Amino acid sequence: MKIILKIWRQKNRQDKGEFCDYVLEDVTRDMSFLEMLDMLNNKLVKQGDRAVEFDHDCREGICGQCGVMINGIAHGSLKNTTTCQLHMREFKDGDTIYVEPFKASAFPVVRDLKVDRSSLDHIIVSGGYVSVDTGQAPEANNIPVTYEEAESAFDAAACIGCGACVASCKNSSAALFTGAKITHLARLPQGEKETASRTMAMVDQMEQENFGHCSNTEACQVECPENISVLTIARMNYEYNRAKILFKK
Amino acid sequence: MTKITDTKVPAGPLAEKWSNYKATAKLVSPNNRKKFEVIVVGTGLAGASAAASLAEMGYNVKSFCFQDSARRAHSVAAQGGVNAAKNYRNDGDNVYRMFYDTIKGGDFRSREANTYRLAECSASLIDQAVAQGVPFGREYGGYLRNRSFGGVQVSRTFYARGQTGQQLLLGSYQALLRQQKKGKVKLYTRHEMLDLVLIDGKARGIIARNLDTGEIERYAANTVVLATGGFGKIYYLSTLAMGCNASAIWRAHKKGAYMANPSWTQIHPTCLPQSGEYQSKLTLMSESLRNDGRIWVPEAKSETRPPGEIPEEERDYYLERKYPSFGNLAPRDIASRAAKEQIDLGKGIGPLKNAVYLDFSKAIEENGKDIIAERYGNLFTMYRKITGIDAYKEPMKISPAAHFSMGGLWVDYELMTSIPGLFAIGEANFSDHGANRLGANSLLQACVDGYFVLPYTLQNYIGNETDRSTPPIDHPAFAEAEDKVNRQMERFLSCKGKRTAEDFHKILGRELYDKCGLLRTKKGLEEAIQNIRRIRKEFEEDLMVPGDAKEVNSELEKAGRVADYMELAELMCIDALEREESCGAHFRAEHQTGEGEARRDDENFSYSAAWEWTGNISAPNLKKEPLIFETVTPTIRSYK
Repeated sequence: MKIILKIWRQKNRQDKGEFCDYVLEDVTRDMSFLEMLDMLNNKLVKQGDRAVEFDHDCREGICGQCGVMINGIAHGSLKNTTTCQLHMREFKDGDTIYVEPFKASAFPVVRDLKVDRSSLDHIIVSGGYVSVDTGQAPEANNIPVTYEEAESAFDAAACIGCGACVASCKNSSAALFTGAKITHLARLPQGEKETASRTMAMVDQMEQENFGHCSNTEACQVECPENISVLTIARMNYEYNRAKILFKK
Repeated sequence: MTKITDTKVPAGPLAEKWSNYKATAKLVSPNNRKKFEVIVVGTGLAGASAAASLAEMGYNVKSFCFQDSARRAHSVAAQGGVNAAKNYRNDGDNVYRMFYDTIKGGDFRSREANTYRLAECSASLIDQAVAQGVPFGREYGGYLRNRSFGGVQVSRTFYARGQTGQQLLLGSYQALLRQQKKGKVKLYTRHEMLDLVLIDGKARGIIARNLDTGEIERYAANTVVLATGGFGKIYYLSTLAMGCNASAIWRAHKKGAYMANPSWTQIHPTCLPQSGEYQSKLTLMSESLRNDGRIWVPEAKSETRPPGEIPEEERDYYLERKYPSFGNLAPRDIASRAAKEQIDLGKGIGPLKNAVYLDFSKAIEENGKDIIAERYGNLFTMYRKITGIDAYKEPMKISPAAHFSMGGLWVDYELMTSIPGLFAIGEANFSDHGANRLGANSLLQACVDGYFVLPYTLQNYIGNETDRSTPPIDHPAFAEAEDKVNRQMERFLSCKGKRTAEDFHKILGRELYDKCGLLRTKKGLEEAIQNIRRIRKEFEEDLMVPGDAKEVNSELEKAGRVADYMELAELMCIDALEREESCGAHFRAEHQTGEGEARRDDENFSYSAAWEWTGNISAPNLKKEPLIFETVTPTIRSYK
């Protein structure tokens, strides 16, 4: 099938950037979206032109490295899917597709569709862990974790850190990302002990990184490849308020 | 040809070797550790766990990865689980049995002491991961759950849905970032190591390229650890991430580190088949599916009916037929070869006749759809996203694909390469899996190396070193290495040919699949070597890399990786050609039993082949490390 692409090209952080038009004639339905971009790049490089830079790695929906806005939607219109798992069978012959980087002031563009998401790492650095050194762990079965606790922790832990929640939010809030990690660790007896200090540190860091506030539109959950629930944001708010009231250092 | 005799395996009975080592290893006092710099390249399970553990001890760690975040290293993609000899099922498991399963699974081609240590440290890993908050599957009462994997008859696999690698990696990534906050780890993301720097024959630093700016940077340390994973991506179509590469270990090899058994690549039996030329990867479907899925092909060669219309008596459940005691859970090398045999017989299914069925209808009938969905839901969803097919209603189509490198940098018992001060951990080394890796042992090895082995052995090295200073980065060795890196990039950019790095990678990959994949022959390998030399020459003359070195340039990154693959591919073929026997994943058509099983030759080939770089790609120097079996007796590996 024939696909018309309008792709955001930007040389570096300072460059203004613009949409460039490309036409591909031989796209097949079974191709993934990124394989379609590979096809474009192969064509461009052979002409001596610069390839469109985009982030990707595992191409099986788990590493979280890929992610672009496709027709204005993070990872495209297919629900709960990363860009790499989106296939061209979701498009029709003759379709025009707008491809843009994730846009947020906390995610500066590196080049073309590549953005810098280290702000998400900074949130984890501030406290997204259990403070246990190698060697300190007790026997694993000493602390039972009920099936329900483990499953609900997992639902939050499944976050792949792609940043689609930020890109989908009109305020560029990282509340879903941060809430997911706070919930994951708060739901388990191993992580629960540090919940108050962890929550305060991570929420403060989120604010320092230029992310906006959550305004409860819930767009983040809709676009999340892992369908992380906005209830994790509620949990974050609950833990934050609880910590502010009860936690004394 | 020379023999490697000093593997540093400690004295004593097998079960006491690691304790003996730890009891006598050199220590560095907590106050002194902060005076030492350690470079760790790679932030997968091995790299992140090593970097975090060393930083916790007090060392200053510089940690590098080419991804945009440490959390994205390819350990993240491992699905099924991690093995540990906890014997929580009371089904007869223990350290010795796990060791035996692993060494037998590897077709008696691994070092006894290393393999034993892997099993011995397995239980601690589960404890550590649970303490970090890894949400492993649980029973309703709150205790940890297990399942079974290929090549074993106990349930020792721990899992976190179908995302065990992701969850274990998040545990070690979080431990790593915790040390970043404490200032003990400095993280360099989007940095690719391009050369190793040796001073007085010892590893003392690296040259890395900042992939965001293109700057070439120098980093010095007391010791360097490579945790850069496997190189199955050399086959182009593989289960690996697009960025996985051999460059760090290959460039270390060219500085003197031996490469061991480089041709031993695990071809994973349950992957999605290739469906077209444009395809960039073959997605893995976890081996755990074989707990409930049954593999079959139609009896008739020219079968055209959809699977549901083929009656039971016209199906061949070939694994159950050939290997009744292990059935669908036969080890990977055997399951892959059996699939290839059926496909070669013309019984393959799918549009390209290149796949076999993996059928859940019986399991769904017996357990109900809900139970199957709970066990494998995310895998079924992934299958539907990629193929558009609902595997609850019709069988999956699966096919073998390149997956794991059993080979890698040669290391001794301390996980140190043949270059003093250079360690290799995780999949980057060759150490524990012999000629075939058992499922769920990969995450385990990466973690055990990083959390529990390297912190002792690296400290032993530092403790014995007399030169305790970090070398200055204006040392001539850095300038020389940097210069070499720059010259190579200039060559790529000025070539201005007509083909992309990916074009060459695809051609090389097909050559390896055909002649150095599941089935190898003397004739095929000799042809492959000639062809690889030709492809390499074309690559040097006809490569096109647009743009500049001092900016983001993914084509330039790819060119460097493919250049290394071009050389490594030849070594793989030389290695496969030299080994005139079949063992594990290495199957030479000339060496098989009447029933088509691998025929090992212990008399002549009970060794690891460690190759030394000579400066001539086509004439590497072979060093043999004899495999000494003090505890087990190698037997014919049977899963019948």
